[in-house]
Amino acid sequence: MTATLAVEGLKVAIGAANVLRGVSLDVQPGEVRGLVGESGAGKSMLGRAVLGLLPANTSVTAGRIAFEGRDLLAMAEAERRSLLGRRIALIPQDPMTSLNPVKRIGRQIGNLLRHHLGLSKRAALARTTELLAEVAIHDPQRVLALYPHEISGGMRQRVLIAMAFACDPALVIADEPTTALDVTVQRQVLQLVERLRLRHGSAVLFVTHDLGVVAKICRSMTVLHAGRVLEEGETTNVLVRPRHAYTRALLAATPRADRPAEALRPVPPDLIDQLWSEAYRLDQVPAVGAA
Amino acid sequence: MRSGELIRRLVLVPPTLFGVAVIVFVLLRVVPGDPIAMMIPPGASEADIGRLRALYGLDQPILQQFATWLGQVASGDFGRSISVRQNVLELLLARLPATIELALLATMTAVVIGVVAALVGILLRGRRAEWVVDGGIGVLLAIPDFLWALILLLLFGVLIPLLPISGRIDPEIDLNLRSNFFLIESILTGHFDIAFALLHHMILPALALALPFAALVARLLKASLAESEDQDYAQIARARGYSRPNILLHEVFPNALIPTVALGGVQVTLLLGGTVLVERIFSYEGIGNMAIDAVINRDFPLIQGLVLTFAVLFIALNLLVDLMVTMLDPRLRHG
Repeated sequence: MTATLAVEGLKVAIGAANVLRGVSLDVQPGEVRGLVGESGAGKSMLGRAVLGLLPANTSVTAGRIAFEGRDLLAMAEAERRSLLGRRIALIPQDPMTSLNPVKRIGRQIGNLLRHHLGLSKRAALARTTELLAEVAIHDPQRVLALYPHEISGGMRQRVLIAMAFACDPALVIADEPTTALDVTVQRQVLQLVERLRLRHGSAVLFVTHDLGVVAKICRSMTVLHAGRVLEEGETTNVLVRPRHAYTRALLAATPRADRPAEALRPVPPDLIDQLWSEAYRLDQVPAVGAA
Repeated sequence: MRSGELIRRLVLVPPTLFGVAVIVFVLLRVVPGDPIAMMIPPGASEADIGRLRALYGLDQPILQQFATWLGQVASGDFGRSISVRQNVLELLLARLPATIELALLATMTAVVIGVVAALVGILLRGRRAEWVVDGGIGVLLAIPDFLWALILLLLFGVLIPLLPISGRIDPEIDLNLRSNFFLIESILTGHFDIAFALLHHMILPALALALPFAALVARLLKASLAESEDQDYAQIARARGYSRPNILLHEVFPNALIPTVALGGVQVTLLLGGTVLVERIFSYEGIGNMAIDAVINRDFPLIQGLVLTFAVLFIALNLLVDLMVTMLDPRLRHG
């Protein structure tokens, strides 16, 4: 079976600084994979690389990103664009800034449907109404005519989720979609993602730093640290029997009801030295944006 | 802008105009220069001068003069020009349309040039050719409108005499129009030969006014486009498979237009101010040209009428800009 997403040995550099240092990761059809790590581990950068959204001074220096067996990095621009938004979709991090402020909700969704599926105006409108109902928006007709600033953050995130699943994507990259939301809304959003991915048969790469979220919805997970994959496997295995000290530290830093959280010790250098044969010390990693 | 705000702004118009009237009235009488001295022949007797002063009410105390003039203005009588010896309101109504048409043509030209330059510039963003666009905009912006007028006049009027350099239209053309909005009326009534002749005369002055303003529009719009393109929603549009030109035009442009109209719109007042010198240079029969004559002749009633006219134009323009911004930005409509 061809993996929906197969990243092999991906290296990404900002200027001369490596942010991803040979990352490999698979997402199988219908699988939900969590991609976790602390800030700066490179997890969002991986999602951006798949979507072709790397910042201007950033480039892929090595590796392969295959979507359903086809190399996204090697294919023609037009071919890649026909996949993005249709077969590969994004649920962005910040619902407050991710919708166009001067366009009505209905038009933003409708344009996407017309662009990728070639629907007529009327058909797009009908489908938009369905999609909004699908993400539990009770009066879609009213919401269609509203501008983003007229609805709440949770509602905006639901609109963005509707847009992500609008064209039945094979892969959805969820880039910390709950980070900007408060806890009660977070749960609703997670349930929605779960429901929609089942209905549309999509695989999900769930980028997050929240192990609680991973435990809830991801079957498998990948732990990223300083641009490398530290640990990888079934979520239950990784969380119950973490092989790596860093994963244990991450787990210990997750607040739980039964005990206070420990501060995450950011980098245990001796352990990392153990793990990789090549000499690797954190002080050799240039800071992001450093010349 | 909601209707409450609009009403508040409209209520403020009369006091604003009153303030303008006080300032211009007092200034004219404080600075040296005397309209009567400009019109009497050498050797006129003191008695003749006195009679003229009395005729125009200039022998009265300033407060008295102001009260009289204000009363007349309120009833639509702007008095009689001292130098041209015609009713000021009639003079204004005859000349104002020429200036409005020129300013409109210049503004539209500037918007077209500015928007195209900004879009080309943003498409070239990050490439070396972007500097060519930025440099061109800088040159346009660095040269003021009256200097452009002289440059254009020399280039296309004298060195390569392609275009007429003076007046609003050839005197031999029989206009036979009802309003003084020659260009607008001739276009609306289908007299395209007249419209063409008018445009022929307007190209150079309009271009002189338009070029610096076009550069301003281009610079504002390009900066706003760049800023909007870096916003999340534009980035995410890329992840949805839209092409960059598509995103720039449909996602970014409507957003970038808001600050551009808000900041650039009020700058049209500068363009209007520019008509004074540019109309003079091209002997174009608008109120700007008339203003210079009025000042030279110390024609108090005419100057007062002209300043009030410009003030009304500026206030109307600012209101229009605010209305346009409200139309463009849904966030302002709902407060």
